[in-house]
Amino acid sequence: MSNEMTVAPPPQPAEAPQPAKPGKPASLWSDAWYDLRRNKVFIIGAVLVFLLVLMALFPSLFSHVDAYNPATCNLANARQGVTGAHWFGTDNQGCDTYSRVIYGARVSILVGILTAVITGVVGGGLGLVAGFYGRWVDILLSRVAEIFFAIPAILGALLILSVVGRDNSQKWGVWVVVMALALLAWPLVLRIMRASVISAKNQDYVVAARALGAGSGRIMMRHILPNAIAPVIVTSTLNLGVFISAEAGLSFLGVGIQAPTISWGLMIADARARFLSAPEMLLFPALLLSITVLAFVMLGDAVRDALDPKLR
Amino acid sequence: MGRYAIRRLLQAIPVLVGTTFLIFVIVYALPGDPIAALGGDRRLDPAYVAVLREQFHLNDPLLLRYWYYVRGVFSGDFGTTYRGVPVTQIFQGKFGVTFQLAMTALIMEAVIGLGLGLLAALRRGRWEDQAVLGFTLFLVSIPPLVMGFVLQLWLGVKLKLNTGLDIFPVAGNAEGLRSYLLPGFVLACTSIAYLTRLTRTSLVEVLRADYIRTAVAKGMSRRRVLGRHALRNSLIPLITYLGADLGSLMGGAVITETIFNLPGIGQQLFNSVYLRENTVVVGIVTVLVLVYILANLVVDMLYAVLDPRIRYE
Repeated sequence: MSNEMTVAPPPQPAEAPQPAKPGKPASLWSDAWYDLRRNKVFIIGAVLVFLLVLMALFPSLFSHVDAYNPATCNLANARQGVTGAHWFGTDNQGCDTYSRVIYGARVSILVGILTAVITGVVGGGLGLVAGFYGRWVDILLSRVAEIFFAIPAILGALLILSVVGRDNSQKWGVWVVVMALALLAWPLVLRIMRASVISAKNQDYVVAARALGAGSGRIMMRHILPNAIAPVIVTSTLNLGVFISAEAGLSFLGVGIQAPTISWGLMIADARARFLSAPEMLLFPALLLSITVLAFVMLGDAVRDALDPKLR
Repeated sequence: MGRYAIRRLLQAIPVLVGTTFLIFVIVYALPGDPIAALGGDRRLDPAYVAVLREQFHLNDPLLLRYWYYVRGVFSGDFGTTYRGVPVTQIFQGKFGVTFQLAMTALIMEAVIGLGLGLLAALRRGRWEDQAVLGFTLFLVSIPPLVMGFVLQLWLGVKLKLNTGLDIFPVAGNAEGLRSYLLPGFVLACTSIAYLTRLTRTSLVEVLRADYIRTAVAKGMSRRRVLGRHALRNSLIPLITYLGADLGSLMGGAVITETIFNLPGIGQQLFNSVYLRENTVVVGIVTVLVLVYILANLVVDMLYAVLDPRIRYE
């Protein structure tokens, strides 16, 4: 699949009179990739995501101050406002807000990607099984999904995280937040995958594969999965932004990521009490948070347009 | 239709039971002893503790306790807190605040979302369409946490300081309906964006349908074609979305309530978790799940009104 996605379109004469779409194996994926590379929204989103991932992996590339080193903070400099030495000002502890904002990217990106992957794999896998086998398997899985789906997500996550407790949250880092969010978000992916599988199941190529003697496992993995997974990829990309936003919200409420780990939600919570006298303390993490969510939403939008042109 | 409603209600029971049981298990797994928490720093008299534990069935197995709880809920009794206050009394006011907030958000969502979606669909491909789509992108990507604080700073505080216009109260709900405008909008942002897009997609699809071409060909006025044919037929997915959204707005209000200091159900849940008031926590989630289920049921019933082709038997 990934080979197909990177297949370059065959060389075209310089000014070909718009032959709609080049590329002999015009599969859904090569088509989508062709669309994506020409989509401005995708390019902007992808560049932003690339920068943010780079920021998450190597924050020292963007800031020479190590935000995790308490020696870089000076209490005498608390809430200094924007200065030449501190571009985004300093926080209550006199730490450099710019470097903290840069180092905060890691938590957000990790939570977003891990939760999206886990819900995609679990929800997608169960949706595939439920849609393919139908009958009692479907009934059972769909009912269980409905039960989790009916719980309000933020409140449910708040409860789960309270049960886990702050000490464990500190020990396990992002994983506690990831698991709490994933536990409540997988049913959505299951529903989408299930619907997609059910419509793929009755296509001629599945009947043909079965007639040729393919087993259930082979039909599911080789024929149905590649044809039914597009909506799941779209949903997962769009959800990534939602998870990042949820992490910030939960950390803001005090149940998510715990200090000393740096999270934008925690920074916003710290800034809250003084946000009239030191608004920059709140605005910069908020800005980065919004840009991150925006980047993933743009990516998701573009992927959806490419995979499902009907919705455009 | 009545029989269909009853069947749907019966189908909702397993979901309700499953969800409340799940929450029940989670809540009673909360670390800390709720009875010990009553005494604060002081140790309580063991005899007193024994009486209270007996009274709240804390010595019974979890399943039995759950049975007592469910039996109570079905007769309208949500139990009492460990401090002896009936849970329903705690609900009073709190649910009112959250409901008012969610309804304000829902109305804004419906008005703004439908309006913008209509504009984008009718001006598809032109600059109005592009602007609306850009605006939805902007709305989706700003988390309520950010939107809340930014609007609170600019419209709640700065506007009053700089121009003397006191339109949006900074926090609390003392000003009645006016207090809900800002938090309502913050809560509605994401939903406005989704509804706008949904309206646009749905309407664009319907406008391509043959019966619209027929209606135009018959010489019907533009307004009539839009109102009688296009809007009515594209309304079904939108109503579904709005109905399902009431539940998520009420359940998702906790961050907005915290920012704007509204004494609603999210704040109550937050406090109750810390006070280990298990009955209140389970009660709140039970009611929210009920709202979610009932809202979806009402939506299903509305289908038949909007689209006479749909019949329930």
